[in-house]
Amino acid sequence: MQKPQIYSELNDIFRDLFDDDNIVLKPETSADDVDGWDSLAHINLIVAIEAKFKIKFKTAEIESLHNVEHLVDVIAAKLG
Amino acid sequence: MNIELDWLPGLNDWADQLARAQALPWPSAKPAFVALANSRIDFLQTVKLDRAVQRSLKAAGGDPARLRLALLGSSTVSQLAAGLRIGALRRGLILDIYEGPYGLYRQELSDPESGLRAFAPQIVLFALDARHVVGAGDTSAGDAIAQMAHCWSLAKSTFDCAVIQQTLLPCIPPTLGSNEHRLPESPHALIERINSELRPAADAAGVHLLALDSFMRLHGGLNFWHEASLWNRAKQEVGPAASALYGEYAGRLIAALRGLSAKCLVLDLDNTLWGGVIGDGGLEGIALGQGSAAGEAFLDFQRYAQTLSRRGVILAVCSKNDEINARAPFQKHPEMILKETDIACFVANWSDKAQNIRTIAASLNIGLDALVFADDNPAERGLIRRELPMVAVPELPEDPADYVSTIARGGYFEAVAVTGEDRERGSQYAGNAQREKLRETVTDVASYLAALKMELIFQPFDRIGLPRIVQLANKTNQFNLTTIRYVERDLERVIDDPRCVSLQLRLKDVYGDNGIIALILGRMQGQDLFIETWLMSCRVLGRQVEEATLQLIAARAEASGARRLIGEYRPTAKNGMVREHYEKLGFAPLDASGEESTANRWILELSSYRSKPTPIRLVEGPNAKTADLQRA
Repeated sequence: MQKPQIYSELNDIFRDLFDDDNIVLKPETSADDVDGWDSLAHINLIVAIEAKFKIKFKTAEIESLHNVEHLVDVIAAKLG
Repeated sequence: MNIELDWLPGLNDWADQLARAQALPWPSAKPAFVALANSRIDFLQTVKLDRAVQRSLKAAGGDPARLRLALLGSSTVSQLAAGLRIGALRRGLILDIYEGPYGLYRQELSDPESGLRAFAPQIVLFALDARHVVGAGDTSAGDAIAQMAHCWSLAKSTFDCAVIQQTLLPCIPPTLGSNEHRLPESPHALIERINSELRPAADAAGVHLLALDSFMRLHGGLNFWHEASLWNRAKQEVGPAASALYGEYAGRLIAALRGLSAKCLVLDLDNTLWGGVIGDGGLEGIALGQGSAAGEAFLDFQRYAQTLSRRGVILAVCSKNDEINARAPFQKHPEMILKETDIACFVANWSDKAQNIRTIAASLNIGLDALVFADDNPAERGLIRRELPMVAVPELPEDPADYVSTIARGGYFEAVAVTGEDRERGSQYAGNAQREKLRETVTDVASYLAALKMELIFQPFDRIGLPRIVQLANKTNQFNLTTIRYVERDLERVIDDPRCVSLQLRLKDVYGDNGIIALILGRMQGQDLFIETWLMSCRVLGRQVEEATLQLIAARAEASGARRLIGEYRPTAKNGMVREHYEKLGFAPLDASGEESTANRWILELSSYRSKPTPIRLVEGPNAKTADLQRA
């Protein structure tokens, strides 16, 4: 899967989860830019991404995933 | 993903339907939200739906019928709230959830100033995580349960609420292996021991269990429910992915406590109860019984249906067939487990199934929302979902080997108690069929009723009868003058209250015991006996039980010193049949002048009351005398 497609799928997840259809993810988007991206939402986000892409994050990865560029890189690496 | 709610149908235009529901104001949006909850949704959709419902409710200032549930955990439980609300919504219930401060459930229970006290829950759900209960490993199962029991009794005495205790999730792995029980100090063994001892302890305390340990095994396995990384990071024992399923299980338990579980399984025949088409293949042409894998699968399904029926679920048949063909296997096929006597209502014809299902509900005197319709044909399922959205229609899988597990996992018939009446319901319906035959042979009603040789056995509420009394009070919708719902505590108090007049009435006739069929609860108000609840099972309509019941009420009221009976009719969507109940019994409308809310109140002066003769013999029940003695 190419990165633009990952961005697009991720964007859908963000819009669903944070209930905001105006979210447009950029590489530098982080928890500070998205209303409601708190620790509980972060867990939900991780679980939703895992389900959507059928991947599994390691504990250390979850800790570090706080901007979108990094998130997309990790997903892309896992998808191979 | 999406293994969790596989008995519910998928909706292709779910997002569009959600948008349309959101555009409606509460409460007209509610049916649309309930329909969305009753589709195959994952946890993200659950969260999304929950948010939309919360917003709609907030804009409407809340829902007056909401239920207050306190979700008390020893670790993070907020991820469960959305799933719980949606699990309840799936059954039409609106939950208002209180989550206490992290890990402080014991302090919250005992502190009179706590947020929990102010919230005054109607239901308390203890969602304790296994590590917390097991502690450092120096606890015994008995101590752990004693601590839980202390919390239950605190909750019950403070809030007079229903208590639900989650069983422990066996999330700590074994160290010894298959024979882990030989290592008593192992946390895994301790969890299993606590879970097994929790069952009798909860029963003794009147607490209901949410059997996390058992449905984890049925549904997805431990790895689906519990992720070590989420526990480490966020102290979530049950992760978000399983939260929708957690809420589903809790929702059906809460619905069962409210008497809202389904009552009747409506079965298609061809390719549902047996393989093939009876009208084409005849008795020899259908797959049923030993000898073929498919035949055994149908046998399993019949066996499961019969087990349901033996614990009180009514069975009905709805099939597109000539009736003579449809009945042939029940009468002649040697492998059939279900017999005609197991089927309370048998409808086989070529009319459309929506019409036939309406007929079934009407002839059994139950609501359409009490029906579950099992049919292998997706087109028929789609028709019923569209025409009768209140009927539950499980998405039967293609392989009949999976029918049983699909119906079982759907949890439509969740129950918290099995009463004697439940066990006898099958024979009661068979008795009904015989009564119908008698009605056909006897020409006038009076001789028919006389031939039934009815006995009405009366006694006040007692503790033995309490489960059935609570069940009847909460599920009777049609012949129910006030439709007041009660929790067990409310009715238990009535037993010892000298200012209450209560009656539980059992009707017997030549064809058998109909069980407890009517309840009366009256309260003395000065010289009046106010009849707060008068309800009756529709199975005994048209048999003059009402007149006989009034004789009993009048006698009890006079014994309690009353001069007048006051009755009330509170109209609901379902109780139109009793609008003229008091008028028919000779009550006069209560003068409404100067008083509000008495428009539907009726009065009977006991001094001028003359009882009418009925064909029913009144018999004092076994506990009537003792109860009177206790009162004296």
